[in-house]
Amino acid sequence: MADAAAGLARRVRRAGLRRRAAAVLLVAPLLLFLLIGFAAPIAALLARGVQDTEVPRVLPRVTAALADWDGQGLPGPDAFAALAEDMREARAAGTLAQAATRLNYDINGFRTLMFATARRLPGPGEDAQAALLAADPAWGERATWAAIRRAGGPVTDFYLLAAIDLKRDEAGRIVAAPAEQAIFRDVLVRTLGISLLVTLLCLVAGYPVAALLASLPTRQAAVLLAFVLLPFWTSLLVRTAAWVVLLQREGVVNTALLGLGLIEAPVQMIFTRFAVVLAMAHILLPFMILPLYAVLRAIPPGLGRAAASLGAPPWRVFLRVTWPLSLPGVAAGSLMVFIQALGYYITPALLGGASDQMISWFIAFYASRTVNWGMAAALSALLLVATAALFAVYARLAGEARVRVA
Amino acid sequence: MSARTPAGRLGRAALWAVTLAVLLFLVAPIAAIVPLSFSAGSFLHYPLPGLSLRWYREFFESAFWFDSVINSLIIGAGATALATTLGTLAALGLWLARFPGRGLVLAVLIAPMVVPSVVVAVGLLFAYAPVGLANTYAGMILAHTALASPFVVVTVSATLAGFDRTLLRAAAASGAGPARAFRRIVLPLIAPGVTAGALFAFAISLDEVVVALFLAGPGQRTLPRQMFAGLNEHLSLAIAAAATLLIALSILLMATVWWLRSRSDRLAGAADRV
Amino acid sequence: MRPLMLAAALAAAVVAAPAEARDLTIVSWGGAYQDAQRAVYFQPFMQARGIRLLEETWDGGIGVLRAKMQSGANNWDVVQVESEELLVGCEEGLFERIDWARVGGREAYRPDAVHECGVGAIYYSFILAYDRARITGEGPRSWADFWDVQRFPGKRALRRGPKTNLEIALLADGVPANQVYAALRTEAGVERAFTKLDQLRPHLVWWTAGAQPPQLLAAGEVAMASAYNGRISAANKNDGRNFAIVWTNNLYTIDSWVIMKGSPNLASAYAFIAFAGQPQAQAQLPPRIPYGVPAVGADALIPAEVKPDLPTTAANIATAIQIDDAYWLENIDRLTQRFNAWAAR
Repeated sequence: MADAAAGLARRVRRAGLRRRAAAVLLVAPLLLFLLIGFAAPIAALLARGVQDTEVPRVLPRVTAALADWDGQGLPGPDAFAALAEDMREARAAGTLAQAATRLNYDINGFRTLMFATARRLPGPGEDAQAALLAADPAWGERATWAAIRRAGGPVTDFYLLAAIDLKRDEAGRIVAAPAEQAIFRDVLVRTLGISLLVTLLCLVAGYPVAALLASLPTRQAAVLLAFVLLPFWTSLLVRTAAWVVLLQREGVVNTALLGLGLIEAPVQMIFTRFAVVLAMAHILLPFMILPLYAVLRAIPPGLGRAAASLGAPPWRVFLRVTWPLSLPGVAAGSLMVFIQALGYYITPALLGGASDQMISWFIAFYASRTVNWGMAAALSALLLVATAALFAVYARLAGEARVRVA
Repeated sequence: MSARTPAGRLGRAALWAVTLAVLLFLVAPIAAIVPLSFSAGSFLHYPLPGLSLRWYREFFESAFWFDSVINSLIIGAGATALATTLGTLAALGLWLARFPGRGLVLAVLIAPMVVPSVVVAVGLLFAYAPVGLANTYAGMILAHTALASPFVVVTVSATLAGFDRTLLRAAAASGAGPARAFRRIVLPLIAPGVTAGALFAFAISLDEVVVALFLAGPGQRTLPRQMFAGLNEHLSLAIAAAATLLIALSILLMATVWWLRSRSDRLAGAADRV
Repeated sequence: MRPLMLAAALAAAVVAAPAEARDLTIVSWGGAYQDAQRAVYFQPFMQARGIRLLEETWDGGIGVLRAKMQSGANNWDVVQVESEELLVGCEEGLFERIDWARVGGREAYRPDAVHECGVGAIYYSFILAYDRARITGEGPRSWADFWDVQRFPGKRALRRGPKTNLEIALLADGVPANQVYAALRTEAGVERAFTKLDQLRPHLVWWTAGAQPPQLLAAGEVAMASAYNGRISAANKNDGRNFAIVWTNNLYTIDSWVIMKGSPNLASAYAFIAFAGQPQAQAQLPPRIPYGVPAVGADALIPAEVKPDLPTTAANIATAIQIDDAYWLENIDRLTQRFNAWAAR
C-alpha cells in the first residue's frame, strides 16, 4: 500500500516536472524573441541616456589632458596643444561634428565655436594656446574647458538632469538650466495635465454608459456595446484623420455651426489643445467603458434593489452601493487611459499646435530631427519609468485577468 | 431599481440620454468621414456637391497608395504568422503549468502593449539599423511581431482559461500521446481563440504607424504611414477613401472576432458539459 | 505544427534577405513641386532607364540628415537640400563629393549652382502670400503688413524654424533689406527678431511642408503666409485659386541635389542628376511650377508667359534678399535650438 502510494506520488511529481519543462519550452521562443528583439533594444536606448561617448572618442587627447586639470583657472598649454591636434584629426576624419554637436547641447554656440576654430587651426610647431585664443576668445574662459571635461564620459548625468531642466555648472554643482533651454518641466507638466484631463473626461462620459449597459439585459447591452467596440477596433489614425476633417476651419463642424447660425465666423479648433484633448478622449473612451462595464455587470443587482426596498433614494444607493463596488473598475479604466495618454504622439502631432506637443513628440524630435540621442533616451527613460510604475499599480489592482482587449 | 418612482424614471431617462449622447460622440466622427469619401467635389464638408467614386479611383490608381496597401498586407501577414505562432505556444505554456519566474516572464510578454510607441520606435531603430534590419520588410515584420504578440497571448489565454485541463489527463489516460492530445483536443477548442488572436495581431500591424515612421524605408511605406504623410501635408479626400476602406476592414475584423468568441464560448460550454 | 514550420520558413526567408539592393531613392519637397518633378524628371528618367525609383518627401533640417547617417539606417540616395544644409552637410562629410564629369561638367550650370557637394536644382523665393478671395480690398504689401493684425485680422503661417523668420521679423520691424544680416550678426539683432516674433505669437501657425501654406490659405485657416512662390502659383493654376504674391523683400535662394555619403546607388544617382540637369528637361519645370532653373540654355526654352512668375525675373528679384548661407552655416544649430525652445513654450 505504502509503496504504491509512494510510486504514485513519484509519478505525479515526475508528470508535474515534465509538464513544467514543457511549459517553459513552449514559452521560451516568444520570451527569447522579445528579450532579444524588443527588451534589449529598449534597454540599449535607455543606456544612451547615461553614456557620454562622442567627446572621448573624437577628442581623446584633450579628454586625457583635462582629466587631471583642477578646474581652477585655465588648463595648461598641453591641453591647448592636445585640442588643436584632436581637432585637426577630427576635421580630416569628418567626426568633428559629433563632438561639436555634443558640446553644443551643454553650451549653445559651442558648435559654431568648434568649426570656426577648426578653420583657423595653428600649423605644426606653432603656439597652440596663442592660436586658439586668437581664433576665439571663448578659449580663454574656464566654462569652455569645463564643458569639454564634463563631456569626457564614460557616464554622465547630463541628459537626465537636462530632462528636468537642470545642469552642472563649472564647479560641478547642479543648477537650473538657462531659461532658453529649460522647457522640459513645462513639457512634463503639459503631458501629465493633458493625460489627466483626458482621463477625467473619459471617466465622466464613460461611467454613465457603463452603468446603463450593465443594467440592461445582455442582448440589448451587446447591441449598444457594438457602438463602443467599433471605435475601439477602428485604426487610431483613421479616428485622428476623422477629427482633422471634422475640426478644419472649413470642416464639417464649423460649416454645420455656421449653417445653423450658432456662430458667425469659423472657430479655430484644429491645432489647439481643445482638439488634442477631444480626440484623445474619443480614442481612449472605450478603454474606460469596457473595464467599468465588466465590473458594474458583476455587481449583484439584488444589492441595489435591497437598498432601494429599504427606502434608500437612488442617489444614495449609488453613493453607498454601486460607486464603492465599482471602484476597482474606475481605477483600472482610469489607469489604462492615463497610461496610454502619457505616450501619445500621433494625435497631438496632427491635431495640436506647437505648444500642445507631449513628451513623445520631443523624443521623436531629438531622435529623428536632431542627433541628440542622449536627450531622446533620457526623456524615454522618464516616460517609461512613469508608465511602468503606473502599470504596476494597474496590474496589482486589476489582476492579470483584466488585461483583456475586448 | 427604483424605476417605478417618478424621480427614478427621470433619472433613468437622463441616464439613457447621456449614454446615447456619448455613444453618438463615439461613432459619429467615424461615420462622418465615410460619406465624404464618395464626394464628387474636393471639400472637406457637407453638403456634398454630388456623389462619385473619384477618390477611390485616385486611391487605387496612385502608385503611392496602392504600394502602401501591398506593403501593409505583406508586413501584416508576416507579423501575424509569427506573432500567432509564438504567442499561441507561449499561451499554451503559461496555461500548462506554473513555473518559477512566471510573473517576470508575463511582464516581458505583456511589455510591448505598455511601452509607449515612440520609445519602441526609437529603440528598435537604433538596434535594428546596425544589423541591417532597418528599411527592410524583415525589420518591420519583426517589430510588428513584437508589438502584436501580447494580444495573441492574451486572447489565446482567455480561451484556454475556459478550458478544463482534466481533458488532457483524460486523453492521456485513454492512451493518447501529448501531440495527439494537442491536435485532437486542444487545438479544435482553442482554434477560435487563435484565429481571434491572429486577427488582433493583423489589426495591430495594420494600425501601427510610429514604428513605421522610424524603421520603414520608402520601399516599405505602409498604409497608415502614407495616411500620416497625407494628413501632414496634403489633405485630400483620398484620405477619406483610405479611412473608409480601413473602417470597413475594422468592422469585418471585429465581426469575425465577435463571431469566433461566441463560438468559442459555446465550445467551452460544451467542453464543460463533457 | 505546420504553421510553425511555415512561420520559420517565412522568418528565414525575410531575415536572410535584408541585404538586397534597394531602389534608387530620391527625396524632395512633396506636394505640387514634387508632382511637377515627377512629371518632368522622375517618370521620364524611369522610362529612359528602365529602372524603378522610389520617392520620399521631407521638409528639411540638417538634423534629419545627420540622424540618417549616424543611425546607420540611411535609406536616401539623392536629396534636394537647402543652401545652408548643403554647406553644413558638406563640411560634416554627409554628402559625396560631386564628380562633375558625370553630370555634364561645371560649365553646364550657372556658377552659383556649382558646389563641391551639390548640383543646383532650382531658384526660388519665400514670398508673402494671401488669398484675394478673402482679403478683397487693398491687400498687404510688405512684411510690416504681415504684423498688422488690425487691418488684416486672422492667423499667420510661418515656416517652423529660425531661417527666414528672423529675416522676416527684422524686415517687418523696419530694418533695411541690405542690413538684415549685419543686424542678425549681433546678439541685439537676434533679440530684436525674437521680440518681434513674440508680438505675433498668438496669431502664428507653423508650417513645415511646402504644400501647407496654400492649403492653409485655401481653407481660410490663415490670412497670410510665408510660402514658396511656386506653390502659390501652382495652386492658382491647378486648383483655380486666386492667391496673391507680394514680391517685396522676398527671400531668394537655391536648392541643390546632393548624394548621400556611401549611397549604394551611386551610378544611378549620378545618372539621375545628369538627366535632371539637361536644359530641355529643366525648361519643362517652370510651366508646371514657376521656379528658376540653373542649367545653361534652359532659360531660352522657357515660355515667355511663365516669366513674370519666376523669382529670377528682374522685377521680382529687384527688392529680394538672398538668404545668407554663410550666416546660417555658422548659426543654424544655435538658433534652431533657441527657436525650438521659444516655439515650444
